Amino acid sequence: MATTTARQKVGWGTANTIVVVLTLIPVLWIVSLSFKDPASITDPTFFPVKWTWANYSGILTTSSFIRPLINSIGIGLIATLIAVVLASMAAYAVARLAFPGKQVLIGMSLLIAMFPAVALATPMFNIERILGLFNTWPGLIIPYVATGLPLGIYTLSAFFREIPWELEKAAKIDGATPFQAFTRVIAPLAAPGMVTTAILVFLFCWNEFLLAITLTSTTAARTAPAAIGFFSGSSQFAVPTGSISAAAVVITIPIIVFVLFFQRRIVAGLTSGAVKG
Amino acid sequence: MSTTTQTAAVGEQAAAPGRRRKQLSEGARAERRLGWMLCAPAVIVMIAVTAYPIGYAIYLSLERYNLAFPNAVKFVGLSNYGAVLSSPFWWHALTVTVIITVISVGVELVLGMLLAMLMYRTLFGRGTVRTTILIPYGIVTVVAAYSWQYAWTPSEGYLSAAFNNSAPLTKTVTAIAVIILAEIWKTTPFMALLLMAGLSLVPEDLQKAAKVDGATTWQRFVRITLPLMKPAILVALLFRMLDAFRIFDNIYILTTGANGTGSVSVLTYDNLITALNLGTGSALSILILICVAIIAVLFIKGFGTAAPGSDVRR
Repeated sequence: MATTTARQKVGWGTANTIVVVLTLIPVLWIVSLSFKDPASITDPTFFPVKWTWANYSGILTTSSFIRPLINSIGIGLIATLIAVVLASMAAYAVARLAFPGKQVLIGMSLLIAMFPAVALATPMFNIERILGLFNTWPGLIIPYVATGLPLGIYTLSAFFREIPWELEKAAKIDGATPFQAFTRVIAPLAAPGMVTTAILVFLFCWNEFLLAITLTSTTAARTAPAAIGFFSGSSQFAVPTGSISAAAVVITIPIIVFVLFFQRRIVAGLTSGAVKG
Repeated sequence: MSTTTQTAAVGEQAAAPGRRRKQLSEGARAERRLGWMLCAPAVIVMIAVTAYPIGYAIYLSLERYNLAFPNAVKFVGLSNYGAVLSSPFWWHALTVTVIITVISVGVELVLGMLLAMLMYRTLFGRGTVRTTILIPYGIVTVVAAYSWQYAWTPSEGYLSAAFNNSAPLTKTVTAIAVIILAEIWKTTPFMALLLMAGLSLVPEDLQKAAKVDGATTWQRFVRITLPLMKPAILVALLFRMLDAFRIFDNIYILTTGANGTGSVSVLTYDNLITALNLGTGSALSILILICVAIIAVLFIKGFGTAAPGSDVRR
């Protein structure tokens, strides 16, 4: 860029602003709704006329939201942990070892990544009903691990290919044990890839809705998005709009935190599988 | 790009093809075994949760099996498929799904390309834009869907108020339009990120050379950027097509599939949870799977999309 004229600056600035505004309006709207007083919720102004915390104190004191929130966190974390461990093992093999069947594994992951969750809904419903997994944590964790795995294998094998593995050999020559070579040299290099993968898998579990409402029936295992989806049906809350909005904002907070802290990693992770090939 | 497979292990592997076939060296055999062992857990989980249920779904789809009448289970051959394929509900849901998929992915491609250009070329605020657009990508679809639903609710929402207190979610065409809008808002960032990664593969020198030769911005875009980005565009389109085809969350929250806005996924869910009809539900699952397979095959064969992750050189 040799010189940037004022006109160019204004042009890009306007474009940036439009994108940011269009992106944020729906988010700000739900935040605004969550602060609206129940009496003024039917007032279509964008920002609340009268601010209130009532919606938040309402949902944060009822087990019909707290329990699903705990389910979401627990199921998400456990599924993410298992998926990342299993995917790391497979991705290491894909990136580093020669063995027949590698292409089959990659092809299979691709197929599963394209797999419509709804195709699983009916058979899984019946299998879990028979096995007693219906409406339990493992009943959701198992399918989430399976759907998270292809994503994990892609992203991680792309990351693992970039690691200079010669360093491992060098460390061994310098007298490190294989374990030391792994923990001191390779693990720190592999960590960013694993963090990225963990974030992407967790976001997927946090977001999942179809299986969450198909394979659960009560708050024993229902995750937060699924529970919010059923708020409207029950008349447990005087004005569901405010409660739903407050609950929606609560489950959006972790996402905003992830995005703010890991923007680069998320972008790298999302694009690694697609372009690196 | 797939710069062949490994970096460090290249030395060991280069020798491998020569002595393959008859006897593998002890090292190569150990490597094989380790490779299989490391992949086994992932493979077992993936098979247990996808291949097995699909096989089971095929079996269920050949039975009359309704949980409301558990004693009336009976093998009925292909009649569930006959019932689905001759039902107007299936064809309507399929039409709705295809319309939503084609329009939303088409619009997303154009908007995503513009957004990718912006993120790639903008002079300042690049980080801010990238961070902001990750919010729609990351946000729970249900949350976003509620935001749109309330925005379009008469006497409650700002958008409804802005459009003369209209209630678009109560009519088929406008409701589908709102569903598409919600879908576009949520997934354009993903498209843009994939396209931006493709943009970074276009060599800057080529652009400069064309500029020196007097090519206009548009000519450079059509003649240089687009052809070089083709693989990235096709991968992004394939991913988004398959994703849009299984649309469920947005519709479920916005309309619950009322007024003829249900997609094939919504139809299957209703069949399972409301009607408890496992036979028909499984037939629907298999039919959706076939549709998805057709889309994937069309892309991979028809357009020559290299499957991401495959080590095929483009």
